[in-house]
Amino acid sequence: MEAKTILLNRGAEPTGLPESDSLVDMYRRMKLIRRFEERVNDLYLQGRIPSTLHLYIGQEAVAVGVCAGLREDDYVLSTHRPHGHSLAKGVEPRAILAELLGKVTGCCRGKGGSMHVGDITKGVYPAVAIVGGNIPIAAGAGLAAKMRGDGQVEACFFGDGAANEGAWHEGLNIAAIWDLPVVFVCENNLYAASTPFSLTFKVENVADRACAYGIPGVTVDGMDVLAVYRAANEAIERARQGGGPTLLECKTYRFCGHSRSDPRTYRGREEEQEWQKLDAIPRMRQWLVGSGLSDDGQLDEIDDWVERTFDEALEFAEASPEPDVSELFTDVFKE
Amino acid sequence: MAEMSIAEALRQAIREEMARDDRVFCIGEDIGIPGGFGGAFTVTLGLSDEFGRDRVLDTPISEIAIAGVAIGAAIAGMRPIADVQYGDFLFCMMDQIANQAAKMRYMSGGQVSVPMVMRAPVGQTRRGAQHAQSLEAFFTHIPGLKVVAPSTAYDAKGLLKSAVRDENPVLVFEHKLLYGSKGPRSERGALSPVGEVPDEEYLVPIGEGVIRREGKDVTIVGKLLTMYRALQAAEILAEEGIEAEVIDPRTLVPLDKELILASVRKTGRLVIAEEDNLTGGWAAEIAAIVADEGFVWLDAPIKRVSAPDVPAPFSPALDDAYMPNEHKIVAAVKSLL
Ligand SMILES: Cc1ncc(C[n+]2csc(CCOP(=O)(O)OP(=O)(O)O)c2C)c(N)n1
Ligand SMILES: [Mg+2]
Repeated sequence: MEAKTILLNRGAEPTGLPESDSLVDMYRRMKLIRRFEERVNDLYLQGRIPSTLHLYIGQEAVAVGVCAGLREDDYVLSTHRPHGHSLAKGVEPRAILAELLGKVTGCCRGKGGSMHVGDITKGVYPAVAIVGGNIPIAAGAGLAAKMRGDGQVEACFFGDGAANEGAWHEGLNIAAIWDLPVVFVCENNLYAASTPFSLTFKVENVADRACAYGIPGVTVDGMDVLAVYRAANEAIERARQGGGPTLLECKTYRFCGHSRSDPRTYRGREEEQEWQKLDAIPRMRQWLVGSGLSDDGQLDEIDDWVERTFDEALEFAEASPEPDVSELFTDVFKE
Repeated sequence: MAEMSIAEALRQAIREEMARDDRVFCIGEDIGIPGGFGGAFTVTLGLSDEFGRDRVLDTPISEIAIAGVAIGAAIAGMRPIADVQYGDFLFCMMDQIANQAAKMRYMSGGQVSVPMVMRAPVGQTRRGAQHAQSLEAFFTHIPGLKVVAPSTAYDAKGLLKSAVRDENPVLVFEHKLLYGSKGPRSERGALSPVGEVPDEEYLVPIGEGVIRREGKDVTIVGKLLTMYRALQAAEILAEEGIEAEVIDPRTLVPLDKELILASVRKTGRLVIAEEDNLTGGWAAEIAAIVADEGFVWLDAPIKRVSAPDVPAPFSPALDDAYMPNEHKIVAAVKSLL
């Protein structure tokens, strides 16, 4: 089986896209993630968030493009870099922010923290911080969906680095042999922490490995939300119809450091600038305006809404109580 | 003598051992990338420049391979030092460590040995429950593994050098809040003790504990961060006229139990402090040894000060209730008097 590469054909009229409302919504969600992460970073630098952060800045098109194709009752499995996945699937910004501040109103009652955000009522399993650990779990959730026969699909996000974990191989293979309804979404941002992709792969694309499992492998421009959406949607529909998993690789880039206070001295500033030029958010904005689907007035309003939403979320999070000490002992078991 | 942090002392130990013996090499994630971190806590910073990237091997994120390659290289004559980014990821490697490394010598009737070192950071730093565990006890339970836990720069250097020269698999547990990592990799709320390290070569033998403070009223055993909490507790107790003896075992396997027993014989009271969860922890083993071999000297029950049996919480609001600290140790001591 050959790996298929879809790269954005810039300038060509995209086909197979949803209603214009949904397209504008993709812009809104990307912008929400971008500003959420930037403002969270500010809070972090002010010492108002404990511990560490892995920000999603630069990769917004992946989470949004994939989640735009998911139903409300589909599920997402996420990673140590989970804020974007949660926001894209519809988790309340205030629930994430309160979690980051360690408040009891957080999506995990302040007990999980940044690397474990998620809200199952919104179709997001609390994130897994063990790299690759979510892959077999996604297969298991897919198995449950298949057994129930309700057409539910799981979207499992992971980084390029995760594809070198043993758990990745076992999870992909079992999903493949049982035709489980899972879309494995690799966010290939070219680095695993400080380690460049080229140092740890002999293949050019992570999706090239799909043929080893007998499933479709697709590589897309992860800086183009429409390209991601179309490829993801096809994979999601295939999974829903019983066609089994797909390995979808999105070539992307994190504009920020790997985690808190990473000076990014292992990569070049020129490379960073090249990728900045591909920033999905201004590109989507331009496309929406250029194609007449929206205008600057509407998009500016969205930008304002994003700021207000964060302001409100912050107000909520800061006013929220910290967990009572009794919370330390609850939820170890379900009573 | 030079003053240095634990991270620097560990780096010096690796440097000296790599210079001394061509068979020694480092393997792990993000340990030698140019412009990178030098490992999660800067221990290997600069070593790939000095020794080349063929001896400071950057791996994919593949814990099973890191452990297995280290074991394979060790049985084939090399002296690997494997870097585990966070101790929690030892669980990803468990087959290689528990079923392979620990048992190979025994199962082969002594034909092969596994002279391998694994360095793993432990301790709660509010990154959530998958980046916080103190998992020493899991490994002390497995016959065939040596386990050390240095809490000072002097011991870190001397014990790591001994570990590299040991013919067996040695796990070196290091505490995140004790490294003293600098710059972007520094930790909020770290203790970062700086200590004196001799200029001349020395080893700290595996299997010898040390008395950090002498006292006659109660024995407090603590390792890594809780050793410092025990010293703080001893200060508080001293103000009230209670003289606590603080013991740092330094090595957990093989344990210097004579040192602990001799101290209990003198004081008649024992408190063990550790950061791991209470049930089945290392403290339970120490308590069992003393109950077994030193019962006649005890004037009071043995007390453990550990984390409760819950995963590590994220919210700082829960941290005090979770972490064993000097006040909990003081309270435990007073309950015995
Ligand atoms: C099993 C395991 N090993 C190592 C780590 C430490 N770690 C956290 S994120 C990361 C890099 C992950 O790279 P990638 O999968 O490409 O995701 P990205 O950070 O680029 O989003 C590493 C090594 C971990 N969390 N879990
Ligand atoms: Mg990556």
